[in-house]
Amino acid sequence: MYGCSNLMYCISEHAPHSSLQEIMKWNGWGYSDTKFLFNKKGQAEFTGKRYKLSGMIIPALKEWMEGTFGTNMQHKSLATPALTRTAVQPPTLNEAFVEELKSTGVPFSHDAEDRVFRAHGHCLHEIFALREGKVGRVPDLVVWPNCHNDVVKIVELACKHNVCLIPYGGGTSVSSALECPQEETRSIVSVDTSQMNRILWIDEKNLTAHMEAGIVGQDLERLLNESGYCTGHEPDSMEFSSLGGWVATRASGMKKNIYGNIEDLVIHVKMVTPQGVVEKSCQGPRMSTGPDIHHFIMGSEGTLGVVTEVTMKIRPMPEYQKYGSVVFPNFEQGVACLREVARQRCAPASIRLMDNEQFKFGHALKPQVSSMFTSFLEGLKKFYITKFKGFDPDCLCVATLLFEGNREKVLQHEKQVYDIAAKFGGLAAGEDNGQRGYMLTFVIAYLRDLGMDYYVIGESFETSVPWDRVLDICRNVKARIIRECKDKGVQFQPFSTCRVTQTYDAGACVYFYFAFNYRGLSDPVHMFEEVEHAAREEILANGGSLSHHHGVGKLRKAWMRETVSDVGMGMLKSVKDYVDPNNIFGNGNLL
Amino acid sequence: LSFSILVKNEEEFVDVLEELMHSGDLGHALRTFSPSPYNGGPPCSAADLPKAVLESQYLRYVIATEKALSLEEVREEASVILEEMSQKLQMGFIRLMAYMLSKVLKRILTGIHVNTEGLNALKQAVQESPVILLPNHRSYLDFLVISYVMFTYDIPVPVIAAGMALSKMRVVGEIISRSGAFFIRRAIGSDKLYWAVLSEYVKTIVRKGFAPVEFYVEGLRSRTLKSLMPKLGMMHMVLEPFFKGEVYDVTLVPVSLSYDRVLEEFLLAQELLGIPKPKESTTGLLKARKVLQEDYGSMHVNFGRPMSVRHLCRGKINRGQYNLVPRDLPQKPSGEVQACVSWLAHLMVRMQEEGALISPWSLMASLLLQAPAAALTEHAHEHTMWTPFSPGKVPEQEVMSSAAALHHSLVRLQAGRVHLVQGEEDEREDPRRPEEDVTKAAVPMLMLACYRNQCLHVFVRPALLAVAIHVTKSVQRDELFAFFCFLRDLFANEFISIPGESSQDFEEACVLLRTCGAVHTSEQEVTVSDVGLEVLPFLQDLLQPFIDSYQVMFRYLCKDGVHVVSEKQFVPAVRNLATKLILSGELHTHEALSSDMQKNVFSALRRLETLTQLKLNEYRVNKAAVGQISDILCESDDLVEEHCYLVLTCELKMRFMPLFVFTAPTEEPHGFSFLFSAPHRW
Repeated sequence: MYGCSNLMYCISEHAPHSSLQEIMKWNGWGYSDTKFLFNKKGQAEFTGKRYKLSGMIIPALKEWMEGTFGTNMQHKSLATPALTRTAVQPPTLNEAFVEELKSTGVPFSHDAEDRVFRAHGHCLHEIFALREGKVGRVPDLVVWPNCHNDVVKIVELACKHNVCLIPYGGGTSVSSALECPQEETRSIVSVDTSQMNRILWIDEKNLTAHMEAGIVGQDLERLLNESGYCTGHEPDSMEFSSLGGWVATRASGMKKNIYGNIEDLVIHVKMVTPQGVVEKSCQGPRMSTGPDIHHFIMGSEGTLGVVTEVTMKIRPMPEYQKYGSVVFPNFEQGVACLREVARQRCAPASIRLMDNEQFKFGHALKPQVSSMFTSFLEGLKKFYITKFKGFDPDCLCVATLLFEGNREKVLQHEKQVYDIAAKFGGLAAGEDNGQRGYMLTFVIAYLRDLGMDYYVIGESFETSVPWDRVLDICRNVKARIIRECKDKGVQFQPFSTCRVTQTYDAGACVYFYFAFNYRGLSDPVHMFEEVEHAAREEILANGGSLSHHHGVGKLRKAWMRETVSDVGMGMLKSVKDYVDPNNIFGNGNLL
Repeated sequence: LSFSILVKNEEEFVDVLEELMHSGDLGHALRTFSPSPYNGGPPCSAADLPKAVLESQYLRYVIATEKALSLEEVREEASVILEEMSQKLQMGFIRLMAYMLSKVLKRILTGIHVNTEGLNALKQAVQESPVILLPNHRSYLDFLVISYVMFTYDIPVPVIAAGMALSKMRVVGEIISRSGAFFIRRAIGSDKLYWAVLSEYVKTIVRKGFAPVEFYVEGLRSRTLKSLMPKLGMMHMVLEPFFKGEVYDVTLVPVSLSYDRVLEEFLLAQELLGIPKPKESTTGLLKARKVLQEDYGSMHVNFGRPMSVRHLCRGKINRGQYNLVPRDLPQKPSGEVQACVSWLAHLMVRMQEEGALISPWSLMASLLLQAPAAALTEHAHEHTMWTPFSPGKVPEQEVMSSAAALHHSLVRLQAGRVHLVQGEEDEREDPRRPEEDVTKAAVPMLMLACYRNQCLHVFVRPALLAVAIHVTKSVQRDELFAFFCFLRDLFANEFISIPGESSQDFEEACVLLRTCGAVHTSEQEVTVSDVGLEVLPFLQDLLQPFIDSYQVMFRYLCKDGVHVVSEKQFVPAVRNLATKLILSGELHTHEALSSDMQKNVFSALRRLETLTQLKLNEYRVNKAAVGQISDILCESDDLVEEHCYLVLTCELKMRFMPLFVFTAPTEEPHGFSFLFSAPHRW
């Protein structure tokens, strides 16, 4: 092990540099230099240079927003520009803990901005409050361990001084998992793993790599790519989310069809708990040694300890990648096609099906086309699909595809999938549409901030559901959202849409988006939460799971017992009671 | 004495027939029909349905369990059933039907009044979720009229569950099926395959939102014009797609059809007396043309407020209960589901009742029936019941005379008085057996009873309380409530009430009686007021025929030698006993002769486990228990001797809010008059 050699930070009481915090928004999604805005001409524009869409004009977005939400460019609801430090409660410090921490040399900070930055994830209510400059309970101290041993020391000290620890990775949680429990009276320390971001070794013989858990998705892929490898784990949040976070929430990646979800990728995990370090003794690919202890760790959501190091499977980088898309006359046909693809077990690396609303939304996000020729082609395509093929523009929906592998196989695979699609009335709609679909995944999160500038709030949530229920759950949940909003006095019908984002042998993962114009409502966040709650009830009543990959956190805790049964709850509780009897890891998630 | 009805005119009705005058029959039949259909899914054609049914996973499960036959044979049988069942909704036939109906309806009815608000709500509802139309069933005309109205108002015409008998009628059966009716065998019993095909067919229509589904939740046409205990099979079928999440919601629309005069009135009474009904055949229909030469007044079609099943079932159904088994797997519904379906079915019947229009004639019939039977025979079949009161007011006279004219086979208005007509003298046979006389006399009395039944649901809850007060002689709320529940339970087949809502019913009874000043109520007590001394006997009297008839049947069951009974033998035996008692003057009501009431007693006793099943159709009588029930009821036998002078004001929180004011008579004991202001022409 050659990790913990850099002692540069160990003498400082300040936040280490090069942290993402400096280049990210404090009250919104992503990079500070990147956002949607309406320029002086009133056209939507995506700023910055980081994405393919950056610097482009998006001509149709304004009209789409006005048509979908009834927004008005004159009616703005802008965010508080900067954090008012006085709004932040002074830290409750456990002096003895701080004293001993100093002696370990692990850097820490009780600067207000550092604390606020780690006090939230990206739930709507969290961002909404920040935009209004409201700050609730925040951690009292942030520590930046640099390696596994630092974490061991921190946890020992926390146990000794009865300090509450909340592990922090990339901060992309959407389950209120990072919120500090209101009732917590102890000093809360946020354990930021961002400095533990090294690849410690790559084992080419076994195709595994061993990383520190703080490494962020995009860095992990980039560094592995340099050696010709990848993990293939690409959750939508991969720009910011960390390996440790993936393990703690049972994350899922876009390309799981080839590479698997986190539970399929993890070979070995090291976690520091109040009782000591938990890990397995070998790296056998499968074991029959009682219940898999990894499954106590994966999905523990920071309630048992800090994941410090992970060994993961790696794959050689794919030789060839190809995007694709298929247009279906309606959502029903699209789902039937995905089901058939799953039945034949020939799903490409990624296959996603957007409903009609989302298809239109995707269209609204098309950048200005530069050449006459492109726009001519677009027009021709549209004509072919709607007029010639008779697809109703208010019913059709689109599937986006991503194929990976060697060139020959990809082309073969592509043909197989398009042949199946044709049986369900699907028409191939080009690579561009597919690629844009995946690009949107990354920029869509920025769009919420734009919406919030114009009285629109929204959120996405997900579930997994058996195949025979997919259509029913999509219809019922979308309808429930619309109905609930209507009953609660929302003037403009909400944007209620879904997409099927993953296929499995026995079911699929479904993502819902829901947003509405809150102008004129007195307590929009509360209303929003009620609708979200109702939508979740609807999901459960329709045989959907509590979560496919976002986790439970505090947001969905109320349904845990019915989800896993009383005995199941008892099992989880007893593990918690043994591992962490004094609730050092007191973020209050899950149970 | 005055007696008045105020009908609060809450709803606006339009006369479909009057509108027809403007367009002409042919113009009407050929009108542009472009209703806005259900927008919850891709459109589906009638031909898609049988295919979807045969290919359904559910049917595959069922077919796999039919061991006796080969897979192919069962499949073949299923498609035969489906062919026989399927409706073949075709626009052309709907137009043909509309044309023919226009001709017929104009001839026999003076108006078809439909509430526009209900129509508009229905129009909207049909687009939003699958709609189930639940009309009450009083006449063969019912479903024809509903389809006719929906066609006229540009609402998708419903597919209708109809009895198999209709399909056997040549030509007519075909027309009906092409106008959207699908046929159901009456006795499905244990035919699992038939049941499976039917339920999958119905569920497919609901799931796809193919068209509104219409069926009679009462199962049968009511022979007594009184609501029947709902049947749950069809109800379960249409609700299941919601329970299982296959549709977002299902909308229930109770429809109340009220006839001034029912086409089948005479047949009804005959049937109740055991004279078999003619088989439904096309030639029979042609013979019935005579029926079509009469005037039947007008009818009201009241479309109830569309009700969301999702909303109604909130907190009653855990839809997650289907999460762990395939939803298509044939399974017995859980207790929770059964209870909920039953609750909804009863609720729908009550909604139909509340939506029904109470005609003055129905109230006249109630009063006519309250005349002591003795007087009826002594006075040579003539009983002056009504004298117009409050001179100068024309309408009430008109109302009475038009009601009398409409029901000229039952009453006659002479010198301002309503006389009961007791049948014409029989020319053919002179020496009739006295038993035959009784049957003959019973026909008009049962017809009157039917018309009384049209308004019975308004009075029944306060009437049950009135009987409870009379029998228990108590003022204690809990004691009265207990007896009220006993009566409610005993008469559950007669008067439909919602299971599990006895305290609400009791409360309603108290409120109504308090509102009209008949009782004072406190936390613990219900005491009769001076006004009540006059009101309560009227109400008790209303139930007296039921109590007396039940007693006759209890008496039969308690007889020596009766140990084991079957319904088949029970009906004629009771009829004999009742005839004897009427002849001997011991029994004053002819209603004990009604097979409907006899069957109701049978079911009630089975429900109360006083009859225990031995084998199919054979029951052992628990005499002690029957005797006990009879004894409890006995207290109420010596009711009201001198006839009713009464005051009753019931303000009903219902859609039609009739306000009844019966005021006490001063001089004339048998004279009633009534005052009322009618919002529409009656």
